[in-house]
Amino acid sequence: MSTLLVLPVAVPLLAAGLLLALPRRPALRRGVALAGTAAVLAVGVVLLATTRDGAVPVLRVGDWPAVVAITLAADPLSALLVTVTAAVVLACLVAAGGTGDDRDPAFLPLALVLSAGAYGAFLTTDLFNLFVLIEVMLVPSYVLLGLAGGPGRAGAGRVYVATNLLGSTILLTGVGLLYGVTGTVGLADLAGAGRQVPAAAVAGGVVLLALALKCAFVPLHDWLPRTYPTASPVVVALFSGLLTKVGLYAVIRVYAVLYGGDPAYHPLLVAVALASMVVGVLGAVGAGSMRRVLAFHMVSQIGYVLLGLALFTAASLAAAIFYLAQYVLVKAALFLCAAVVRASRGTDRLSRLGGLAAARPLLALAFGAAALSLAGLPPFAGFLAKFLVLRAADDVGDRLAMTVAILVSLVTLLSMLKIWGAVFWGEPPRPAVPGRRARAGAALVGPPLALSACALLLGPLGGPLLHVADEAAAGLLEPAGYVRAVTGR
Amino acid sequence: MSAPLIVGVLVAAGVFLLLRPGQLRLVLGFVLLGHAVNVVLLAAGGLRRREAAVDGAGPETVDPLPQAFVLTAIVITFGITIHLLALLRRRRRGRGQRKPEEEEA
Repeated sequence: MSTLLVLPVAVPLLAAGLLLALPRRPALRRGVALAGTAAVLAVGVVLLATTRDGAVPVLRVGDWPAVVAITLAADPLSALLVTVTAAVVLACLVAAGGTGDDRDPAFLPLALVLSAGAYGAFLTTDLFNLFVLIEVMLVPSYVLLGLAGGPGRAGAGRVYVATNLLGSTILLTGVGLLYGVTGTVGLADLAGAGRQVPAAAVAGGVVLLALALKCAFVPLHDWLPRTYPTASPVVVALFSGLLTKVGLYAVIRVYAVLYGGDPAYHPLLVAVALASMVVGVLGAVGAGSMRRVLAFHMVSQIGYVLLGLALFTAASLAAAIFYLAQYVLVKAALFLCAAVVRASRGTDRLSRLGGLAAARPLLALAFGAAALSLAGLPPFAGFLAKFLVLRAADDVGDRLAMTVAILVSLVTLLSMLKIWGAVFWGEPPRPAVPGRRARAGAALVGPPLALSACALLLGPLGGPLLHVADEAAAGLLEPAGYVRAVTGR
Repeated sequence: MSAPLIVGVLVAAGVFLLLRPGQLRLVLGFVLLGHAVNVVLLAAGGLRRREAAVDGAGPETVDPLPQAFVLTAIVITFGITIHLLALLRRRRRGRGQRKPEEEEA
């Protein structure tokens, strides 16, 4: 069973290598990429089923002793994120076939390497390997950001590479300092070190600072809305599902294991979470293109997950994990809708669009469902997620956090209505912009529609996901089982 | 005592270069910062023990793990430096012949 753990990393890497060798036959290339990602999705589902009863499969690659082996382990949190991420990657690859993004011969191999790094980061148990896998993920993203983007992408690419390089440098410093202080970089060996050894807490703080930069927490958020909107919408959908979410996963894991959710940091984390929510959503209201609005919402929505982590109760952690899982699906659906709009009208600027609800009813349906879920309206999964976060805040008696969370979701709804009114209602702009690629195949509208359907179904039928989130939260709150499985002691 | 000094000088010089205008300085700044991190990693393994960790472990053998870390970090920094330099070169070459694009982001 545990040998399965290597597949999410190995299969996409092998598929990427194969694609470099394959002839330029689009259908064959797409088939290989989709089959590889579908295989990872299947492995993710199997891992979810395996970890359901709290078992933690562990694999030491090559059977080396624990100190030198690359150790991979899956607890419910890792298994859930691998599954959700694979689903998003699958949707993005299908959509890339529809918009023509994958005509660039580099696109599919880069996207697969990017996803392999993300899966690996979810499964690794070692902070140094986490750094390496984050790099495996970031290096293709440096190239993907520049493919098929708009003007200003050279400048945006510079900001993006410089920011992430700085983050990686700080992350590596933090990992080195942790090794110097504790003599290990294995997460399981470090359990509770941040509470017992002050020097380890400082070194862990350096790691968390680097991860916060990669997640775009306020006040380290400014690079994200500057750079993401210059890339192709399909690429942004891929980034939004993978890059910042890996950072967020790592923050959750490090804070839970290394610091054991030390309440001394509670006020700081809550302040960062609330600031991220407010600043992100205000930026979204003022933005002028679909991609920019959605990029600002990434900053805002991450705040809700961080709020759940900051409160650090069983209910709030489960809420954060549920929020993260549904948010990845919803956000990818919204960016893929932007991709369809851009593919059919040649732009996603709000001022140059209109009347798409009549021309593209299925797209309007997909966007409407995802937008309402993002704003947190019933019966969508977003409502359940926000409700869980609010209830967890109420349990702790944090009235300020509750008020901010509710106000921010109202403003979120406002900015979604702004997109709806500008893009889907009203008259089509005159003279009508001819579609650059007029074909409106199922490959184009299908992926966002499928993801929006997930967002709808996970609302009323969210029980199983909630169960997984509860299990994952229990594992974070009491990491003894994870530690025992990984260290073998 | 030498390791903290080296790290301090490298970080100071690296940050200074990052804050200067010009992309070549940015690249050089990151090269210096990368070296600083490598020294931190080596120092994390302890600098007193110098015996090569080839054959068995004694009281004087170095900790091989940080050296492996540094090796990995060097490879990654090298690759990204080349990428940054390639970006710089492409931008220099492409200057003045920018194609009109259909939208602004």
